[in-house]
Amino acid sequence: MKAFDEILKETKFFHGLAPEYIQLLAGCASNVRFDPGEYVFREGESANAFYLIRHGQVALELHDPRRGQLIIDTLNEDEVLGWSWLFPPYKWVYSARAVILTRAIAMDGKCLRDKCDSDPVLGYDLMKRFAVVMIDRLQATRLQVLNVYG
Amino acid sequence: MVEQALFQDQLVADPMTSTPFRIGRVVKESYDTFTLELVPQGRYQTFPFAPGQFNMLYVFGVGEIPISISGDPQHPSLLVHTTRAVGTVTKAMRALKVGDAIGVRGPFGSAWPVKEARGYDVVFVAGGIGLAPLRPALYQVLAQRDRYGKIVLLYGTRSPEDILFRSELEKWRSRFDLEIYVTVDYANSKWHGNVGVVTRLIPKAPFDPLNTIAMVCGPEVMMRFTALELQKRGVPSDHIYISMERNMKCATGFCGHCQFGPTFICKNGPVYPYNQLQSWLALWEV
Ligand SMILES: Cc1cc2nc3c(=O)[nH]c(=O)nc-3n(C[C@H](O)[C@H](O)[C@H](O)COP(=O)(O)OP(=O)(O)OC[C@H]3O[C@@H](n4cnc5c(N)ncnc54)[C@H](O)[C@@H]3O)c2cc1C
Ligand code: FES
Repeated sequence: MKAFDEILKETKFFHGLAPEYIQLLAGCASNVRFDPGEYVFREGESANAFYLIRHGQVALELHDPRRGQLIIDTLNEDEVLGWSWLFPPYKWVYSARAVILTRAIAMDGKCLRDKCDSDPVLGYDLMKRFAVVMIDRLQATRLQVLNVYG
Repeated sequence: MVEQALFQDQLVADPMTSTPFRIGRVVKESYDTFTLELVPQGRYQTFPFAPGQFNMLYVFGVGEIPISISGDPQHPSLLVHTTRAVGTVTKAMRALKVGDAIGVRGPFGSAWPVKEARGYDVVFVAGGIGLAPLRPALYQVLAQRDRYGKIVLLYGTRSPEDILFRSELEKWRSRFDLEIYVTVDYANSKWHGNVGVVTRLIPKAPFDPLNTIAMVCGPEVMMRFTALELQKRGVPSDHIYISMERNMKCATGFCGHCQFGPTFICKNGPVYPYNQLQSWLALWEV
């Protein structure tokens, strides 16, 4: 089986990160799997991790009292799930449900925050990586709310 | 271009006169979108056209509008149009029944670069009703499958209920030589596909960017962001083709109604290489 540092190095998210940091972050990683329909996390729960999806698909859901459970986004292989662990109050804003069998690397949020606090260069690098993910999602969300298909 | 001129010579003997066609079949595609199959008659025993071209359809007593041809160019005995009911004419068109008459003028305009794309991977990106004008190009590419590299269709629409040509998409999905990815803006938990805008599908779609011809059709904002995303992946801007929509009247380059920057969309378009329009698309109120 591949070591976590090998796996992290190959992800798009950590591409190009210095090997010593990859090694350091590997200490915060663990393997997780979710069966179809199983929740990765639910709206309002404590946000203690983010996930790098290795295989499968996860749906981000929001509960609407009138229309029921609505899917607002789906994430697939090699995409990053979750950034609520980064900012207080560290609570998930949406629910995330595995659509099909999903395997991911869970990165422990508390462990990452501690490492970032004690090494701001790493913290800044990680923030920049999350900023790219957030900007991409924001852009896509804007198009979604614009109802671009007319 | 030569091929296109031939079509125009053959068919638009009088491009200003509408010819009545009978409606042979009506297909309800979704709650607001429908397909009309028109049976050529009189001097039109067949209706050859190039993928991407459009006709001016006249609902008698109501008005005339441009609608792309959505049928199979290999079967010109049937003239097919898929329309979304948005306003006066399209809603009147939706009320037409089998046996009713509709006026047809055309075909007009430029074509998708189906021949030029030979030897390349071909990526179709459709948004909403934009799948209809792309369908003839897909038919033609699939009819000569071995002349192309990978063929990918990325299709985004509002919700699962808005998906057009559903049974055909399912049939195509079962082919091993065509990759289809569908995404919707929102869905309930019964939906097992992608949710998110169509541009999100581009980064991971299986094609070789430097050896790709992309054909993009949908609302203008969607096409702009799609072109940006394709360029980010490395597809050269002159390999990206888009189909433009503007209000039209004559469709023959006389009235100036469809002017967009330096070009008349009815005559020079609607299909253009993206690099020809790129700078104009970014301008407001053009
Ligand atoms: C080259 C070309 C090809 C086209 N191909 C197709 C096609 O294959 N299928 C198809 O359904 N349409 C197509 N269109 C668009 C179609 O011509 C218009 O939807 C139609 O002219 C609207 O006429 P209307 O009288 O029903 O609407 P109007 O009464 O003129 O408009 C009513 C309302 O609808 C809005 N509206 C007008 N046009 C559109 C539009 N395109 N999309 C969304 N809202 C609109 C207006 O802003 C207005 O609010 C094409 C247009 C062009 C230029
Ligand atoms: S519609 Fe008259 S010039 Fe194009």
